[in-house]
Order: sequence, then structure tokens, then C-alpha cells
Amino acid sequence: MVKDVEVDILLNDLLERYGYDFTDYAKASLKRRINRLFTLDKFPSFAELRYRVKNDETYLKRFVEEITVNVTEMFRDPSFYKMLRTEVLPVLATYPLIRIWHAGCSTGEEVYSMGILLKEANLLQKSLLYATDLNPDVLERARRGIFPMVNMKQYSENYILSGGTQDFSSYYTAKYDRAKFNTDLTKKMIYATHNLVSDRSFNEFQLILCRNVMIYFDKDLQDKVLTLFDQSIEPLGFLGLGSKETLRFSSVSVNYVQLSKEKIWRKKAHANTNCSSSVAPPVVLK
Amino acid sequence: MILQVLPSVPKNFSLAIVIVLHRRGGESVLTELLTEKTVLPVKEVEEKDEILSGNVYIAPADYHLLIENDRTFSLDYSEKVNYSRPSIDVSFESAAEVYGNKLIGMLLSGANADGTEGLKRIKELGGLVVVQNPSEASVSYMPQQALDDVQVDYVFDTNGIKHFFQKLK
Repeated sequence: MVKDVEVDILLNDLLERYGYDFTDYAKASLKRRINRLFTLDKFPSFAELRYRVKNDETYLKRFVEEITVNVTEMFRDPSFYKMLRTEVLPVLATYPLIRIWHAGCSTGEEVYSMGILLKEANLLQKSLLYATDLNPDVLERARRGIFPMVNMKQYSENYILSGGTQDFSSYYTAKYDRAKFNTDLTKKMIYATHNLVSDRSFNEFQLILCRNVMIYFDKDLQDKVLTLFDQSIEPLGFLGLGSKETLRFSSVSVNYVQLSKEKIWRKKAHANTNCSSSVAPPVVLK
Repeated sequence: MILQVLPSVPKNFSLAIVIVLHRRGGESVLTELLTEKTVLPVKEVEEKDEILSGNVYIAPADYHLLIENDRTFSLDYSEKVNYSRPSIDVSFESAAEVYGNKLIGMLLSGANADGTEGLKRIKELGGLVVVQNPSEASVSYMPQQALDDVQVDYVFDTNGIKHFFQKLK
């Protein structure tokens, strides 16, 4: 078993050597992920694990991918997506160009879900889906749009529960045990690495989705990231979080109003966004 | 089982109770159901909730429930463990690390081996381990697995567990 102090040593190595900053992640989950990998890869001692992480860049990639959680699904929490359809998209439809940011998108299942919603609302043509993650490998997978066929039954059920009325299988081509999603969806997606811990705001959006990403952060880091989002959401824009997450205790919460029971918040027209401090004003790419 | 035992947990109970149950997702009626059975406040956990004595906490469906050193909950949406999310092992192991010998792990009726590894860890770190009598459990596999594999402190039937809670206060 890897101990608390050893976890701290590893995190320090990752930061000093590679610039990956996990020091403000919630420790319980991180420690469990590290221990899981320690057992899985049969390390005889902590020292060997540490040596490998420090000196083997190929292993480092595996390490980072495994200690961060990359489990995701399409149309997860269908009622959330239903609310996007009925309450959020009609507002977004009034903009000439719709910009959405999926922060911490992992392998992209939620980005494709969003693409499908936009297509069904006839908004895809004037939308751009920015999708970011700290891990370039998961982004590459998301970009390809190929997902295991075995998940499609579940996704199709979720899709219907979210208010979808089309044949879900019309959005992909099945080949062997894989489903490749249509390129008209992918064409509207922009994938780029972005680290929520260390990178700044890079644009302004009408909707930011960051679901089940901040559950792995400690409170201070959550607050920092929410401030980053606040600086990146236009007045009257929206923020969507995971089903057990909340804005309530964060310093930016005064700027937002929650839409009924779902974890979607709308920014007020005259929000007091603090753009000073260490974060530069957002660069608006048009 | 939980429904039968919970009413006998006294008011001003000095421990926090965390319930991890295998179940299907969705907004559940479980919280309401349990609220009717006890004088203690019942809450489905949201992430970063503080753990307070005298409260009953329920692990939300489809997340692993972990405990941080500062005695707050954290949630984790990683791979299922023992085909389960929430996994009992994950919560037991995480609680054991934080609470050590101040922890009681109790494993009730269930249909797979989830919980056994976690009870082992609780025992290793000085906690107390209680298992429901498999012959009385509606599904005996889970408690039986624990009995076969772990040095348990007590094996109780429903009445035994009720008494145990009353004595704990």
C-alpha cells in the first residue's frame, strides 16, 4: 500500500518534473487510484513506482491516464439533457454563433451527446463545441468518434429518456464491435489540451459543461476553477455540473441562478465577475 | 433489514451512520423511505459534505463514496468495483484509513462478494467488524463471504443488531 506521505512525494515529482499539478486534488480518490495502479502493475515497492514515474515517459502517460478518471457515458442523467433541450437550447438559438465549452471532456461521450442535441434543434451549423482535457490521448480518441458498440444500447435508452425521438443508431455506423459517429457532428468540435489547474480562460461561451470533473478537486481548487468558468461565461450564459455537484458554497454563486432541480445555473445579466487577480482577461477568439 | 434496524437507533446518537447500498440509478425514494424510519436526519450525500455525528448518510447511486482526512465526503465516478458503484469495499477501505479504530463496519444481506476486502482493511486498522447472520439474511452470499474470509467480531441477527445500536448510543 502506498501511504499518504508517499502520495505527496509522487505528486511533487509530477509537478517538478512534468508540470502536472495534482496537489490540489481530493486525496482519497487519488490515493485509491495510485494504489490500484500499484497493485495492477505489480510494483514490488514504492521506490520502484517512483523511479518508473520519474524516468519512463511512456509509463508516465499511463500513470496520468489511470490516476485521473476517464469513465464517462452518453446522455448520462437523461433529465439533465432534457433540460438542456427544453430550457437552454431555445435561448442559445437566439445567438448568431453558439460557443460551448466541455471542460474535462475525457473521451468525448458528452460532447457527442451535445452535438446530437444541437443537430436535432437545427443549431449544429452555427455552433462550435470546444472540448478540452489535460490528457492528449483521450482527446485523440474523442476526435476519432469511435466508441464500443456494447455501450450503444445503454446510450440509446438514455437518449430516449432525454427526449430524443430519432433512431439513435442513425447517428453512427456500426462496424465489428465499434460505432463510428457521423462526421457532421465531429466537424463542429474543436479538441485541445487545457489544464483547469494551470491554464487560463481562452474564450467566452454561452454554455460551459463540466460534469463530474471537479469532484476530484479539493475545495480551494474547485473555487479557483469556478472563477475561471465565471470569467469565461457571457452574461445570461449557462453552467452545467454533475448531479451531485453544487455552486452553492463557491464565491461566484452570487452571480448565478439555478434552473429548477437540475444542476444547471444561469448567469445573471449584471454579474460581478472579478477579472483582476492573477488571471488575465479572456482572449476572445472569433 | 436497514428499515427494521434504523428505528431503534436512539436520538442523539454519537456516531455518524453511512449507508452504502447496491441499487439502480435515478432519483431514489430511498432517502424519504429512511427518513420516515428514524428520528435522525437522513441525507443523500453531495460531494464535500461534512460528516457530522448523529446523522445518517446515504451513498448516491452510481458514484463511489470516499472519505477524506478532513472528514468530508468525496465522490468518485471511476470503474465499478465488484460490478458495483457504489462499491462497499471502496467506502469501507476509505473510511478505515481515516477513522482507524473508531470505525465499525457492518455488512448485511447482499448478492456478491463486495464488502469482504473492505472489512479486512477495517480489521487491520483496528476497527470493529459486524456481520449479519447469513442464515437470517434475505440474500446470504455477501455476509457468508465475509465470514469465510474475515476475522469478524460479532455475528448478529436483526435483534442483535438493534441491541448493539442501543448499547452504542
